[in-house]
This record gives sequence, structure tokens and C-alpha cells, in this order.
Amino acid sequence: MITLLLQLFWTFFLIGLFGFGGGYAMISMIQGEVVGHYHWMTMGQFTDIVAVSQSTPGPIGINSATYVGYTSMVNAGYSPAWGVLGSFVATFAVVLPSFVLMLLVSKFLMKYRHHPSVEHVFAGLRPAVIGLLLAAALLLMNGENFGSAGENPWRFWLSLFLFCFAFIGQKVYRLGPILIILLCGLAGIVLGL
Amino acid sequence: MLELFKTFFQIGLFTIGGGYAMIPLIEQKVVDEQGWVSRNELLDLIAVAQSCPGIFAVNISIFIGNKLRGNKGALVSALGTCLPSFLCILMIALIFQQFRENIWVEHFFRGIRPAVVALILLPVFRMAASAKLNRYNAWIPIAAAFLIWMFGVSPIFVVVAAGILGYVYGKYLKEDPGNP
Repeated sequence: MITLLLQLFWTFFLIGLFGFGGGYAMISMIQGEVVGHYHWMTMGQFTDIVAVSQSTPGPIGINSATYVGYTSMVNAGYSPAWGVLGSFVATFAVVLPSFVLMLLVSKFLMKYRHHPSVEHVFAGLRPAVIGLLLAAALLLMNGENFGSAGENPWRFWLSLFLFCFAFIGQKVYRLGPILIILLCGLAGIVLGL
Repeated sequence: MLELFKTFFQIGLFTIGGGYAMIPLIEQKVVDEQGWVSRNELLDLIAVAQSCPGIFAVNISIFIGNKLRGNKGALVSALGTCLPSFLCILMIALIFQQFRENIWVEHFFRGIRPAVVALILLPVFRMAASAKLNRYNAWIPIAAAFLIWMFGVSPIFVVVAAGILGYVYGKYLKEDPGNP
């Protein structure tokens, strides 16, 4: 159990340290470590966590760290009480680098943010972060989230429809994410997805 | 001190969707109501906090807490920002644990999952527009996505490598300094 807690701490510390580009880029990092590397949960469980993190108060990064910490412990067979400890460790670890960084920022970066070296680094970082988001979305397009066209065509095509609905609903009609999530969830119940 | 905690607790509690959705509330609380920083200072801070790693709202709360009351202030403000999330998610996690096997809950989440994928895909286009991608650097996000998606490269590694390569390229290889 100590190993798992230490791994949680280290993983989220790194994510806090290198998590450029906001909540969704962090989601991609959490996905890479938690699902891809450590296999603490399935892609489907991870998607549920992202859904809850988007529709509850607070920053998505904190919400998902808390939820992933809990789920990783419980999935490994520990009681919910240990899950709470896992939440605490993950949340603490993801915030910790911010303390050091913001101290440095208040001393240096406020002054040097237009320095050429800083701008060079960000010229590489910014486009890469967009790639992170794209990869996260591509990795989530799997059988667990959409069903498969061969085994269960009803679920597959309906999932595809809900995907398009959510995409167009937000992009064209500017519906809020919570409304979209609720509508799609209700559609899932009504249509027996 | 108590004011710091209370203010950031409210900011954490009343913003859903995170990140940039928080800016108007932060502005209202910190500039208009409390007068802890000036509007221009906050704008500078937002620009810097956006380019820093870590959680945007937490970064801002730490900066302001530190400015007003030093290390303790930073700690109290960060705690205030995180606590609502932490409690809310734990409550949901504990409740969800009971209903995981419930068929209705399962249908509900099956409907949600494709929507979540779309909601993650959308910022790609938004960010591509604001990052001013052009034909010289548009390969970077595609290469980054491909490395992660096809070859299972860790996103953390990709970000670190992109920063280093950007620095090396800008410093040693770029011929025309006026053109990124």
C-alpha cells in the first residue's frame, strides 16, 4: 500500500510540475500515467472521472486528482477510508509544485516573461500541449467508451450520435458542458444504452 | 487570514468547469470586493499563471496569498481553493461506490462517455486558433499526439521535450529572429 501511495504522490507531483496548458492538458497527463502506464483503472472508469470532474465545482485538475487518488486505492482492493487517503496524497502532490513555482514567479518570471529564452521554450510548449489534448481525445475513442460496431451496433451508432451532438452542441450552439453531460446521460437511460 | 480562506473557498465552490471560467469571479472578489491587487496587476498575474504549469486557480490563489501574508497566506489560500473540490468529489466517490452496479447509473454513464470525448476534443480547435499555429509549427501538435496515441509515449515526456527543443531551436537554429 505504501508503494501505491508513493507512486500516486510521485505521479501527481510530476503532473503538477509539468502540467502546462490547463486542466485538459493535465487530463491527458493523468490518462497517460494512470491508465497507460500504471493501469490503476480502465479507460472507461477514467472517462467517468473526467465527466464528474467537469460537472462539479472547482478546478478540473484538483477534481480529477482527488477522484483518481480515491479510485486507484479502491481498485487496488483497499477500503474507502484508504481511498480518502489516496485522494489526499494525489491532491497534495499536484498542488505542491505550485508553491515553489509561484514563489519563483513572483521573484523572476513577472520580470522575465518577455525574455527571448522564455519565449523560445513556450514556442515549443504551446503547440505540443494542443497535441496532448488531441491524443487524449483519440485514446478515449475506444470500445469501452463507444461500444463496437460489430458486437453492439445500437450502442456504437448511438454513442457516435451523442458524440456529434455534444460536439455541435458546444461548438455551434454554445451549450454548457454540464447541460450536455446531463442530456447525454438522460439519453443513455431513456434509450437503454 | 480568515478573509483569504473565505474568499478562495467561495471561488473554489462557485465555479464549475474550472480554469478560465473562474477569472470573472476571481476578478470580482479579489479586485472589486477586497482590493488585494489592482486590475492591471491581476491581468499580468493571469497572463503569467496561464503560462505556468499547475492548476491555474491554485497558482493565482498562492500568488495572492503569498503577496498579502507570506508563506502562511499562500498555504491558507491554496487550501481554500482546493477544499470545496476535495470534499465534493469525495462525497460523490463514496456515494457512487454504492451505485456502481446499478443499471440506471450504468446507462447514464454510457450516454455521458461519448460526450466527454467531444468536450475534450473541442479545446483542441480553440487552442489551435489562439496559439496561432502556422505551416511551420502545425506539425508539432500532430507529432506530439501521434507519439502519445500510437507509441504510448508519456505526455509528461512530450511536454518536457517540446520545451527543451523549443529553447534549443530558438537559441541556436533559428535564422530569422522575427519569425517564429
